[in-house]
Amino acid sequence: MSANEAVIRFEEVSKSFGSKRILQDVSFDIARGSAFCILGRSGTGKSVTLKLMIGLLKPEQGRIFVEDQEITALHARELPPVRKTMGFLFQNAALFDSLSVGENVAFPLRRHTNKPEADIKDRAREKLAQVGLEHEYDMMPADLSGGMRKRAGLARALALNPSILLVDEPSAGLDPMTSAEIDSLLLNLKSERDTTLVVVTHNIPSARRIGDELVVMHEGHFIAHGTAKELDQSDHPVVREFMKSEGGG
Amino acid sequence: MIERIGALVVAALAWAGEVGLFGLRALREALRPPFEAKELLRQLYDIGSRSAPLIAVAGFSVGIVMSMHSRSSLERFGAEALIPSVLALSLAREIAPLVAGLLVSGRVGAGIGAELGGMRVTEQIDALESLAVDSFKYLVVTRVLACMIAQPILTTFMSFTGIVGGFVAETVISDLSFRLYFDRAFSSMQFVDYVPASLKTVVFGFIIGTVSSYLGYNAAGGAEGVGKASTKSVVYSSILLILANVVLVKMIIFFFPEEIG
Ligand SMILES: Nc1ncnc2c1ncn2[C@@H]1O[C@H](COP(=O)(O)OP(=O)(O)OP(=O)(O)O)[C@@H](O)[C@H]1O
Ligand SMILES: [Mg+2]
Repeated sequence: MSANEAVIRFEEVSKSFGSKRILQDVSFDIARGSAFCILGRSGTGKSVTLKLMIGLLKPEQGRIFVEDQEITALHARELPPVRKTMGFLFQNAALFDSLSVGENVAFPLRRHTNKPEADIKDRAREKLAQVGLEHEYDMMPADLSGGMRKRAGLARALALNPSILLVDEPSAGLDPMTSAEIDSLLLNLKSERDTTLVVVTHNIPSARRIGDELVVMHEGHFIAHGTAKELDQSDHPVVREFMKSEGGG
Repeated sequence: MIERIGALVVAALAWAGEVGLFGLRALREALRPPFEAKELLRQLYDIGSRSAPLIAVAGFSVGIVMSMHSRSSLERFGAEALIPSVLALSLAREIAPLVAGLLVSGRVGAGIGAELGGMRVTEQIDALESLAVDSFKYLVVTRVLACMIAQPILTTFMSFTGIVGGFVAETVISDLSFRLYFDRAFSSMQFVDYVPASLKTVVFGFIIGTVSSYLGYNAAGGAEGVGKASTKSVVYSSILLILANVVLVKMIIFFFPEEIG
Protein backbone atom coordinates (compact mmCIF):
# COMPACT_ATOMS: atom_id res chain seq x y z
CA MET A 1 0.00 0.00 0.00
CA SER A 2 1.88 3.06 -1.21
CA ALA A 3 1.43 6.39 0.50
CA ASN A 4 0.05 7.96 -2.64
CA GLU A 5 -2.42 5.24 -3.45
CA ALA A 6 -5.74 6.80 -4.50
CA VAL A 7 -8.67 5.77 -2.31
CA ILE A 8 -11.18 7.90 -4.17
CA ARG A 9 -10.80 8.77 -7.81
CA PHE A 10 -13.03 10.85 -10.10
CA GLU A 11 -12.48 10.45 -13.83
CA GLU A 12 -14.05 13.16 -15.95
CA VAL A 13 -17.20 13.22 -13.91
CA SER A 14 -20.13 15.36 -15.03
CA LYS A 15 -23.28 15.87 -13.04
CA SER A 16 -26.23 18.11 -13.69
CA PHE A 17 -29.79 18.54 -12.47
CA GLY A 18 -32.00 19.39 -15.42
CA SER A 19 -30.20 22.12 -17.31
CA LYS A 20 -28.14 23.07 -14.26
CA ARG A 21 -24.53 21.88 -14.51
CA ILE A 22 -23.02 21.04 -11.14
CA LEU A 23 -19.81 19.24 -12.16
CA GLN A 24 -18.21 19.34 -15.58
CA ASP A 25 -15.48 16.84 -16.49
CA VAL A 26 -14.00 16.86 -13.02
CA SER A 27 -11.07 14.53 -12.31
CA PHE A 28 -9.05 14.14 -9.12
CA ASP A 29 -7.53 11.60 -6.74
CA ILE A 30 -7.68 11.45 -2.97
CA ALA A 31 -4.69 9.69 -1.38
CA ARG A 32 -5.09 7.16 1.41
CA GLY A 33 -4.84 8.67 4.85
CA SER A 34 -4.96 12.23 3.60
CA ALA A 35 -7.46 14.99 4.29
CA PHE A 36 -9.14 16.55 1.30
CA CYS A 37 -11.03 19.77 1.88
CA ILE A 38 -13.68 21.00 -0.51
CA LEU A 39 -14.36 24.72 -0.44
CA GLY A 40 -16.73 26.80 -2.51
CA ARG A 41 -19.63 29.20 -2.43
CA SER A 42 -23.04 28.03 -1.32
CA GLY A 43 -24.83 26.07 -4.05
CA THR A 44 -21.73 25.21 -6.08
CA GLY A 45 -22.15 21.47 -5.60
CA LYS A 46 -20.00 20.47 -2.63
CA SER A 47 -22.68 18.30 -1.06
CA VAL A 48 -23.47 16.79 -4.46
CA THR A 49 -19.79 15.89 -4.90
CA LEU A 50 -19.77 14.17 -1.52
CA LYS A 51 -22.93 12.20 -2.36
CA LEU A 52 -21.40 11.08 -5.63
CA MET A 53 -18.51 9.55 -3.68
CA ILE A 54 -20.79 7.22 -1.75
CA GLY A 55 -23.12 6.47 -4.63
CA LEU A 56 -26.17 8.33 -3.32
CA LEU A 57 -26.15 10.22 -6.63
CA LYS A 58 -25.01 8.97 -10.02
CA PRO A 59 -23.14 11.10 -12.54
CA GLU A 60 -24.32 11.29 -16.15
CA GLN A 61 -20.78 10.88 -17.35
CA GLY A 62 -17.47 9.75 -16.00
CA ARG A 63 -16.34 7.12 -13.54
CA ILE A 64 -15.92 7.15 -9.79
CA PHE A 65 -13.69 4.69 -7.94
CA VAL A 66 -13.60 3.88 -4.25
CA GLU A 67 -10.82 1.50 -3.16
CA ASP A 68 -10.36 0.27 -6.76
CA GLN A 69 -14.07 -0.49 -7.12
CA GLU A 70 -15.80 1.44 -9.85
CA ILE A 71 -18.91 2.38 -7.86
CA THR A 72 -20.50 4.01 -10.90
CA ALA A 73 -20.64 0.55 -12.49
CA LEU A 74 -22.00 -1.26 -9.43
CA HIS A 75 -25.57 -2.44 -9.04
CA ALA A 76 -27.44 -0.94 -6.10
CA ARG A 77 -27.17 -4.34 -4.41
CA GLU A 78 -23.37 -4.26 -4.63
CA LEU A 79 -22.97 -0.87 -2.98
CA PRO A 80 -23.52 -1.83 0.69
CA PRO A 81 -20.14 -3.60 1.11
CA VAL A 82 -18.34 -0.50 -0.18
CA ARG A 83 -20.46 1.77 2.01
CA LYS A 84 -19.63 -0.21 5.13
CA THR A 85 -16.09 1.10 4.84
CA MET A 86 -17.31 4.68 4.59
CA GLY A 87 -18.80 7.07 7.10
CA PHE A 88 -21.00 9.92 5.94
CA LEU A 89 -22.02 13.01 7.89
CA PHE A 90 -24.93 14.75 6.18
CA GLN A 91 -25.08 18.51 6.10
CA ASN A 92 -28.36 18.37 8.05
CA ALA A 93 -27.12 15.40 10.15
CA ALA A 94 -30.11 13.29 8.95
CA LEU A 95 -30.54 11.53 12.29
CA PHE A 96 -33.36 8.99 12.43
CA ASP A 97 -35.95 10.95 14.33
CA SER A 98 -37.77 7.86 15.56
CA LEU A 99 -34.66 6.68 17.43
CA SER A 100 -32.85 8.16 20.42
CA VAL A 101 -29.44 9.73 19.86
CA GLY A 102 -27.72 6.64 21.27
CA GLU A 103 -29.79 4.28 19.15
CA ASN A 104 -28.89 6.31 16.08
CA VAL A 105 -25.23 5.61 16.77
CA ALA A 106 -25.96 1.99 17.70
CA PHE A 107 -27.99 1.45 14.52
CA PRO A 108 -25.12 0.62 12.14
CA LEU A 109 -23.54 -1.56 14.83
CA ARG A 110 -26.73 -3.56 15.27
CA ARG A 111 -27.04 -3.95 11.51
CA HIS A 112 -23.51 -4.88 10.63
CA THR A 113 -21.89 -6.50 13.65
CA ASN A 114 -22.77 -9.48 15.82
CA LYS A 115 -21.61 -7.81 18.99
CA PRO A 116 -23.59 -8.46 22.15
CA GLU A 117 -25.99 -5.77 23.32
CA ALA A 118 -23.69 -4.46 26.05
CA ASP A 119 -20.77 -4.01 23.64
CA ILE A 120 -22.97 -2.17 21.17
CA LYS A 121 -24.13 0.28 23.81
CA ASP A 122 -20.56 0.74 25.05
CA ARG A 123 -19.29 1.47 21.57
CA ALA A 124 -22.16 3.90 20.93
CA ARG A 125 -21.41 5.70 24.21
CA GLU A 126 -17.73 5.83 23.35
CA LYS A 127 -18.47 7.41 19.96
CA LEU A 128 -20.85 9.90 21.56
CA ALA A 129 -18.20 10.76 24.13
CA GLN A 130 -15.72 11.48 21.31
CA VAL A 131 -18.03 14.25 20.10
CA GLY A 132 -18.86 15.47 23.60
CA LEU A 133 -22.35 13.98 23.85
CA GLU A 134 -21.77 11.38 26.54
CA HIS A 135 -24.84 12.52 28.49
CA GLU A 136 -27.24 12.66 25.56
CA TYR A 137 -27.61 8.92 24.84
CA ASP A 138 -31.31 8.77 25.68
CA MET A 139 -32.37 12.09 24.20
CA MET A 140 -34.42 12.29 21.04
CA PRO A 141 -32.88 14.10 18.03
CA ALA A 142 -35.73 16.63 18.01
CA ASP A 143 -34.67 17.80 21.48
CA LEU A 144 -31.07 18.55 20.48
CA SER A 145 -29.62 21.83 19.25
CA GLY A 146 -28.42 22.05 15.66
CA GLY A 147 -24.78 21.72 16.65
CA MET A 148 -25.51 18.75 18.89
CA ARG A 149 -27.38 17.00 16.09
CA LYS A 150 -24.41 17.58 13.86
CA ARG A 151 -22.08 15.99 16.39
CA ALA A 152 -24.45 13.06 16.92
CA GLY A 153 -24.46 12.57 13.15
CA LEU A 154 -20.68 12.49 13.23
CA ALA A 155 -20.72 9.89 16.01
CA ARG A 156 -23.04 7.73 13.90
CA ALA A 157 -20.77 8.12 10.88
CA LEU A 158 -17.84 6.94 13.04
CA ALA A 159 -19.66 3.95 14.55
CA LEU A 160 -18.23 1.34 12.21
CA ASN A 161 -14.69 2.81 12.31
CA PRO A 162 -14.80 3.67 8.62
CA SER A 163 -11.56 3.92 6.70
CA ILE A 164 -13.04 6.74 4.64
CA LEU A 165 -14.93 9.55 6.32
CA LEU A 166 -16.99 12.04 4.32
CA VAL A 167 -18.18 15.01 6.35
CA ASP A 168 -20.35 17.86 5.16
CA GLU A 169 -19.59 21.01 7.13
CA PRO A 170 -18.71 19.37 10.45
CA SER A 171 -18.24 22.67 12.26
CA ALA A 172 -21.27 24.52 10.91
CA GLY A 173 -23.25 25.89 13.82
CA LEU A 174 -20.56 25.11 16.39
CA ASP A 175 -18.82 27.56 18.68
CA PRO A 176 -15.07 28.06 18.06
CA MET A 177 -14.11 25.77 20.97
CA THR A 178 -16.30 22.85 19.99
CA SER A 179 -15.31 23.39 16.39
CA ALA A 180 -11.63 23.10 17.33
CA GLU A 181 -12.39 19.90 19.27
CA ILE A 182 -14.03 18.40 16.18
CA ASP A 183 -10.99 19.39 14.14
CA SER A 184 -8.66 17.63 16.52
CA LEU A 185 -10.92 14.56 16.53
CA LEU A 186 -10.67 14.46 12.74
CA LEU A 187 -6.90 14.94 12.86
CA ASN A 188 -6.62 12.12 15.39
CA LEU A 189 -8.59 9.76 13.14
CA LYS A 190 -6.23 10.59 10.35
CA SER A 191 -3.02 10.11 12.30
CA GLU A 192 -4.08 7.15 14.46
CA ARG A 193 -6.35 5.16 12.19
CA ASP A 194 -5.05 6.33 8.83
CA THR A 195 -8.60 7.41 8.00
CA THR A 196 -9.05 9.19 4.69
CA LEU A 197 -10.99 12.41 5.25
CA VAL A 198 -13.08 14.36 2.80
CA VAL A 199 -14.29 17.53 4.45
CA VAL A 200 -16.66 20.09 2.99
CA THR A 201 -16.23 23.30 4.89
CA HIS A 202 -16.73 27.03 4.85
CA ASN A 203 -14.31 27.40 7.70
CA ILE A 204 -10.98 28.40 6.16
CA PRO A 205 -8.92 28.31 9.37
CA SER A 206 -10.19 24.80 9.96
CA ALA A 207 -9.41 23.80 6.37
CA ARG A 208 -5.88 25.09 6.89
CA ARG A 209 -5.54 23.04 10.07
CA ILE A 210 -6.83 19.72 8.73
CA GLY A 211 -6.46 19.83 4.96
CA ASP A 212 -3.53 18.22 3.19
CA GLU A 213 -5.13 19.23 -0.07
CA LEU A 214 -7.73 21.91 -0.67
CA VAL A 215 -9.93 22.44 -3.68
CA VAL A 216 -12.19 25.36 -4.51
CA MET A 217 -15.34 24.60 -6.49
CA HIS A 218 -16.70 27.21 -8.83
CA GLU A 219 -19.14 26.89 -11.72
CA GLY A 220 -18.71 23.19 -12.25
CA HIS A 221 -14.92 23.08 -11.93
CA PHE A 222 -12.18 22.89 -9.35
CA ILE A 223 -10.62 26.28 -9.93
CA ALA A 224 -7.84 25.55 -7.46
CA HIS A 225 -6.31 22.35 -6.13
CA GLY A 226 -3.30 22.18 -3.83
CA THR A 227 -2.02 22.74 -0.32
CA ALA A 228 -3.18 25.76 1.64
CA LYS A 229 0.17 27.45 0.87
CA GLU A 230 -0.26 26.83 -2.83
CA LEU A 231 -3.77 28.23 -2.77
CA ASP A 232 -2.51 31.33 -1.00
CA GLN A 233 -0.38 31.99 -4.07
CA SER A 234 -3.31 31.61 -6.46
CA ASP A 235 -4.11 34.60 -8.63
CA HIS A 236 -7.70 33.52 -9.27
CA PRO A 237 -9.87 36.22 -7.66
CA VAL A 238 -12.40 33.75 -6.20
CA VAL A 239 -9.66 31.66 -4.62
CA ARG A 240 -7.94 34.76 -3.21
CA GLU A 241 -11.24 35.93 -1.78
CA PHE A 242 -11.70 32.56 -0.11
CA MET A 243 -8.24 32.21 1.34
CA LYS A 244 -8.36 35.74 2.74
CA SER A 245 -11.59 35.12 4.62
CA GLU A 246 -11.46 33.96 8.18
CA GLY A 247 -15.19 33.28 8.16
CA GLY A 248 -16.47 30.51 10.39
CA GLY A 249 -19.34 28.16 9.70
CA MET B 1 -62.46 17.77 -24.52
CA ILE B 2 -62.21 14.11 -25.43
CA GLU B 3 -58.50 14.59 -26.01
CA ARG B 4 -58.08 16.02 -22.54
CA ILE B 5 -59.97 13.16 -20.95
CA GLY B 6 -57.87 10.78 -23.01
CA ALA B 7 -54.67 12.39 -21.78
CA LEU B 8 -55.90 12.18 -18.20
CA VAL B 9 -56.74 8.51 -18.56
CA VAL B 10 -53.32 7.80 -20.07
CA ALA B 11 -51.60 9.67 -17.24
CA ALA B 12 -53.64 7.80 -14.64
CA LEU B 13 -52.82 4.45 -16.23
CA ALA B 14 -49.13 5.32 -16.45
CA TRP B 15 -49.17 6.26 -12.78
CA ALA B 16 -50.99 3.08 -11.82
CA GLY B 17 -48.48 1.08 -13.84
CA GLU B 18 -45.58 2.68 -12.06
CA VAL B 19 -47.13 2.07 -8.65
CA GLY B 20 -47.92 -1.50 -9.69
CA LEU B 21 -44.29 -2.13 -10.61
CA PHE B 22 -43.22 -0.63 -7.30
CA GLY B 23 -45.54 -3.07 -5.49
CA LEU B 24 -44.37 -6.06 -7.52
CA ARG B 25 -40.78 -5.12 -6.75
CA ALA B 26 -41.68 -5.13 -3.06
CA LEU B 27 -43.14 -8.65 -3.38
CA ARG B 28 -40.09 -9.90 -5.27
CA GLU B 29 -37.64 -8.35 -2.82
CA ALA B 30 -39.61 -9.85 0.05
CA LEU B 31 -38.38 -13.27 -1.06
CA ARG B 32 -34.72 -12.29 -1.09
CA PRO B 33 -32.66 -12.27 2.12
CA PRO B 34 -31.88 -10.53 4.38
CA PHE B 35 -35.42 -10.64 5.77
CA GLU B 36 -36.08 -7.64 7.93
CA ALA B 37 -37.99 -9.69 10.49
CA LYS B 38 -37.55 -7.27 13.37
CA GLU B 39 -38.71 -4.31 11.36
CA LEU B 40 -41.61 -6.34 9.95
CA LEU B 41 -42.79 -7.16 13.47
CA ARG B 42 -42.53 -3.52 14.45
CA GLN B 43 -44.63 -2.55 11.45
CA LEU B 44 -47.17 -5.28 12.17
CA TYR B 45 -47.57 -3.87 15.64
CA ASP B 46 -47.84 -0.34 14.35
CA ILE B 47 -50.19 -1.09 11.47
CA GLY B 48 -52.07 -4.03 12.97
CA SER B 49 -52.37 -3.82 16.73
CA ARG B 50 -52.61 -0.08 16.82
CA SER B 51 -55.47 -0.05 14.31
CA ALA B 52 -57.43 -2.53 16.43
CA PRO B 53 -59.25 -0.01 18.68
CA LEU B 54 -60.46 1.95 15.67
CA ILE B 55 -61.58 -1.23 13.94
CA ALA B 56 -63.32 -2.47 17.09
CA VAL B 57 -65.30 0.70 17.66
CA ALA B 58 -66.26 0.92 13.99
CA GLY B 59 -67.22 -2.77 13.81
CA PHE B 60 -69.29 -2.55 16.95
CA SER B 61 -71.21 0.52 15.74
CA VAL B 62 -71.74 -0.86 12.25
CA GLY B 63 -73.01 -4.10 13.82
CA ILE B 64 -75.57 -2.25 15.90
CA VAL B 65 -76.80 -0.15 13.00
CA MET B 66 -76.97 -3.09 10.59
CA SER B 67 -78.77 -5.18 13.12
CA MET B 68 -81.43 -2.49 13.56
CA HIS B 69 -81.85 -2.20 9.79
CA SER B 70 -82.16 -5.93 9.23
CA ARG B 71 -84.67 -6.19 12.06
CA SER B 72 -86.92 -3.58 10.45
CA SER B 73 -86.82 -5.42 7.11
CA LEU B 74 -86.93 -9.01 8.35
CA GLU B 75 -89.71 -8.35 10.86
CA ARG B 76 -92.09 -7.76 7.96
CA PHE B 77 -91.59 -11.36 6.90
CA GLY B 78 -91.59 -12.73 10.39
CA ALA B 79 -87.98 -13.79 9.88
CA GLU B 80 -86.33 -12.19 12.93
CA ALA B 81 -84.53 -15.44 13.64
CA LEU B 82 -82.44 -14.79 10.54
CA ILE B 83 -81.06 -11.50 11.84
CA PRO B 84 -77.83 -12.94 13.25
CA SER B 85 -76.92 -14.87 10.13
CA VAL B 86 -77.87 -12.06 7.75
CA LEU B 87 -75.67 -9.74 9.78
CA ALA B 88 -72.77 -12.19 9.92
CA LEU B 89 -72.93 -12.89 6.19
CA SER B 90 -73.04 -9.28 5.10
CA LEU B 91 -70.27 -8.35 7.51
CA ALA B 92 -67.97 -11.16 6.43
CA ARG B 93 -68.58 -10.90 2.71
CA GLU B 94 -68.62 -7.20 2.10
CA ILE B 95 -69.10 -4.73 4.93
CA ALA B 96 -66.09 -5.59 7.07
CA PRO B 97 -63.60 -5.92 4.15
CA LEU B 98 -64.65 -2.59 2.69
CA VAL B 99 -65.07 -0.58 5.88
CA ALA B 100 -61.88 -1.95 7.44
CA GLY B 101 -60.07 -1.29 4.15
CA LEU B 102 -61.17 2.33 4.06
CA LEU B 103 -60.44 2.88 7.74
CA VAL B 104 -56.97 1.41 7.41
CA SER B 105 -56.22 3.42 4.29
CA GLY B 106 -57.10 6.47 6.34
CA ARG B 107 -55.10 5.67 9.43
CA VAL B 108 -52.23 3.65 8.02
CA GLY B 109 -52.04 5.15 4.53
CA ALA B 110 -51.71 8.67 5.87
CA GLY B 111 -49.19 7.48 8.44
CA ILE B 112 -46.93 5.67 5.97
CA GLY B 113 -47.16 8.49 3.43
CA ALA B 114 -46.16 11.06 6.04
CA GLU B 115 -43.49 8.95 7.73
CA LEU B 116 -41.67 7.87 4.58
CA GLY B 117 -42.19 11.30 3.01
CA GLY B 118 -40.64 12.94 6.07
CA MET B 119 -37.73 10.53 5.98
CA ARG B 120 -37.19 11.25 2.29
CA VAL B 121 -37.12 15.03 2.52
CA THR B 122 -34.92 15.07 5.64
CA GLU B 123 -32.46 12.69 3.93
CA GLN B 124 -33.06 9.91 6.45
CA ILE B 125 -33.60 7.49 3.57
CA ASP B 126 -30.24 8.57 2.12
CA ALA B 127 -28.77 8.14 5.59
CA LEU B 128 -30.00 4.53 5.68
CA GLU B 129 -28.37 3.94 2.31
CA SER B 130 -25.14 5.56 3.49
CA LEU B 131 -25.15 3.10 6.40
CA ALA B 132 -25.21 0.23 3.90
CA VAL B 133 -28.89 -0.57 4.46
CA ASP B 134 -31.18 -1.34 1.53
CA SER B 135 -33.79 1.33 2.27
CA PHE B 136 -36.36 -0.21 -0.06
CA LYS B 137 -36.28 -3.54 1.76
CA TYR B 138 -36.06 -1.98 5.16
CA LEU B 139 -38.84 0.58 4.74
CA VAL B 140 -41.06 -0.44 1.84
CA VAL B 141 -41.07 -4.24 1.81
CA THR B 142 -41.75 -4.42 5.53
CA ARG B 143 -44.69 -2.01 5.31
CA VAL B 144 -46.29 -3.64 2.28
CA LEU B 145 -46.02 -7.07 3.89
CA ALA B 146 -47.31 -5.82 7.23
CA CYS B 147 -50.36 -4.32 5.53
CA MET B 148 -51.03 -7.57 3.65
CA ILE B 149 -50.80 -9.63 6.83
CA ALA B 150 -52.69 -7.20 9.06
CA GLN B 151 -55.62 -6.50 6.75
CA PRO B 152 -57.35 -9.92 6.85
CA ILE B 153 -56.82 -10.11 10.60
CA LEU B 154 -58.26 -6.65 11.18
CA THR B 155 -61.18 -7.47 8.89
CA THR B 156 -61.97 -10.66 10.78
CA PHE B 157 -61.75 -8.70 13.99
CA MET B 158 -64.20 -6.18 12.59
CA SER B 159 -66.69 -8.90 11.62
CA PHE B 160 -66.43 -10.27 15.12
CA THR B 161 -66.98 -6.94 16.86
CA GLY B 162 -69.80 -6.29 14.39
CA ILE B 163 -71.56 -9.47 15.48
CA VAL B 164 -71.06 -8.50 19.11
CA GLY B 165 -72.58 -5.11 18.27
CA GLY B 166 -75.50 -6.86 16.62
CA PHE B 167 -75.99 -8.98 19.70
CA VAL B 168 -76.01 -5.94 21.96
CA ALA B 169 -78.64 -4.30 19.73
CA GLU B 170 -80.75 -7.45 19.88
CA THR B 171 -80.57 -7.90 23.67
CA VAL B 172 -82.35 -4.60 24.03
CA ILE B 173 -85.33 -6.15 22.25
CA SER B 174 -85.20 -9.89 22.76
CA ASP B 175 -83.59 -12.06 25.43
CA LEU B 176 -81.54 -14.20 23.07
CA SER B 177 -78.46 -15.69 24.79
CA PHE B 178 -75.05 -14.80 23.40
CA ARG B 179 -74.43 -18.48 22.76
CA LEU B 180 -77.58 -18.90 20.69
CA TYR B 181 -76.98 -15.65 18.86
CA PHE B 182 -73.52 -16.78 17.84
CA ASP B 183 -74.73 -20.22 16.81
CA ARG B 184 -77.29 -18.61 14.56
CA ALA B 185 -74.80 -16.10 13.22
CA PHE B 186 -72.42 -18.83 12.09
CA SER B 187 -74.95 -21.50 11.18
CA SER B 188 -75.16 -20.48 7.55
CA MET B 189 -71.56 -19.25 7.25
CA GLN B 190 -69.49 -21.27 4.80
CA PHE B 191 -66.00 -21.44 3.42
CA VAL B 192 -66.98 -19.30 0.42
CA ASP B 193 -68.32 -16.58 2.65
CA TYR B 194 -65.10 -16.13 4.52
CA VAL B 195 -62.04 -17.26 2.58
CA PRO B 196 -62.43 -15.43 -0.75
CA ALA B 197 -63.36 -12.25 1.10
CA SER B 198 -60.27 -12.59 3.25
CA LEU B 199 -58.05 -13.06 0.21
CA LYS B 200 -59.63 -9.91 -1.13
CA THR B 201 -58.49 -8.04 1.96
CA VAL B 202 -54.91 -9.22 1.37
CA VAL B 203 -55.14 -7.37 -1.95
CA PHE B 204 -56.54 -4.34 -0.13
CA GLY B 205 -53.57 -4.45 2.23
CA PHE B 206 -51.24 -4.65 -0.75
CA ILE B 207 -52.90 -1.60 -2.31
CA ILE B 208 -52.71 0.47 0.88
CA GLY B 209 -49.10 -0.48 1.63
CA THR B 210 -47.91 -0.03 -1.94
CA VAL B 211 -49.65 3.25 -2.75
CA SER B 212 -48.69 4.98 0.48
CA SER B 213 -45.12 3.66 0.45
CA TYR B 214 -44.71 4.74 -3.17
CA LEU B 215 -45.93 8.26 -2.47
CA GLY B 216 -43.86 8.62 0.70
CA TYR B 217 -40.68 7.01 -0.63
CA ASN B 218 -40.73 9.26 -3.70
CA ALA B 219 -41.86 12.44 -1.93
CA ALA B 220 -40.12 15.70 -2.77
CA GLY B 221 -40.54 19.35 -1.90
CA GLY B 222 -40.11 19.76 1.84
CA ALA B 223 -42.90 19.86 4.41
CA GLU B 224 -45.47 20.66 1.76
CA GLY B 225 -44.45 17.60 -0.24
CA VAL B 226 -44.80 15.45 2.87
CA GLY B 227 -48.31 16.77 3.46
CA LYS B 228 -49.24 16.04 -0.12
CA ALA B 229 -47.80 12.53 0.03
CA SER B 230 -49.86 11.85 3.13
CA THR B 231 -53.14 13.19 1.71
CA LYS B 232 -52.64 11.52 -1.65
CA SER B 233 -51.90 8.22 0.08
CA VAL B 234 -55.35 8.24 1.63
CA VAL B 235 -57.19 9.46 -1.46
CA TYR B 236 -55.49 7.20 -3.99
CA SER B 237 -55.45 4.06 -1.90
CA SER B 238 -59.16 4.51 -1.02
CA ILE B 239 -60.13 5.00 -4.65
CA LEU B 240 -58.00 2.10 -5.86
CA LEU B 241 -59.39 -0.06 -3.10
CA ILE B 242 -62.99 0.72 -4.05
CA LEU B 243 -62.28 0.07 -7.73
CA ALA B 244 -60.38 -3.13 -6.98
CA ASN B 245 -63.31 -4.26 -4.85
CA VAL B 246 -65.62 -4.20 -7.87
CA VAL B 247 -63.23 -6.34 -9.89
CA LEU B 248 -62.50 -8.72 -7.02
CA VAL B 249 -66.16 -9.28 -6.15
CA LYS B 250 -66.80 -10.04 -9.80
CA MET B 251 -63.93 -12.53 -9.73
CA ILE B 252 -65.10 -14.15 -6.53
CA ILE B 253 -68.58 -14.64 -7.96
CA PHE B 254 -67.06 -16.06 -11.12
CA PHE B 255 -64.82 -18.55 -9.31
CA PHE B 256 -67.22 -19.36 -6.48
CA PRO B 257 -70.66 -19.23 -8.10
CA GLU B 258 -72.20 -20.87 -5.02
CA GLU B 259 -71.70 -17.62 -3.13
CA ILE B 260 -74.70 -16.02 -4.85
CA GLY B 261 -77.02 -18.91 -4.08
N1 LIG C 1 -31.55 16.29 -5.61
C1 LIG C 1 -31.40 17.45 -6.28
N2 LIG C 1 -32.23 17.77 -7.28
C2 LIG C 1 -32.09 18.92 -7.99
N3 LIG C 1 -31.13 19.81 -7.74
C3 LIG C 1 -30.26 19.56 -6.75
C4 LIG C 1 -30.36 18.37 -5.97
N4 LIG C 1 -29.36 18.37 -5.05
C5 LIG C 1 -28.69 19.52 -5.26
N5 LIG C 1 -29.22 20.23 -6.27
C6 LIG C 1 -28.72 21.52 -6.79
O1 LIG C 1 -27.34 21.39 -6.98
C7 LIG C 1 -26.67 22.58 -6.61
C8 LIG C 1 -25.55 22.24 -5.66
O2 LIG C 1 -26.09 21.81 -4.44
P1 LIG C 1 -25.19 21.41 -3.21
O3 LIG C 1 -26.11 20.99 -2.14
O4 LIG C 1 -24.14 20.47 -3.61
O5 LIG C 1 -24.53 22.81 -2.84
P2 LIG C 1 -23.41 23.07 -1.75
O6 LIG C 1 -22.18 23.47 -2.48
O7 LIG C 1 -23.32 21.94 -0.83
O8 LIG C 1 -23.99 24.37 -1.03
P3 LIG C 1 -24.01 24.72 0.54
O9 LIG C 1 -22.68 25.28 0.86
O10 LIG C 1 -25.07 25.77 0.63
O11 LIG C 1 -24.34 23.49 1.27
C9 LIG C 1 -27.72 23.48 -6.00
O12 LIG C 1 -28.00 24.48 -6.95
C10 LIG C 1 -28.92 22.62 -5.80
O13 LIG C 1 -30.08 23.37 -6.11
MG1 LIG D 1 -23.90 21.57 1.01
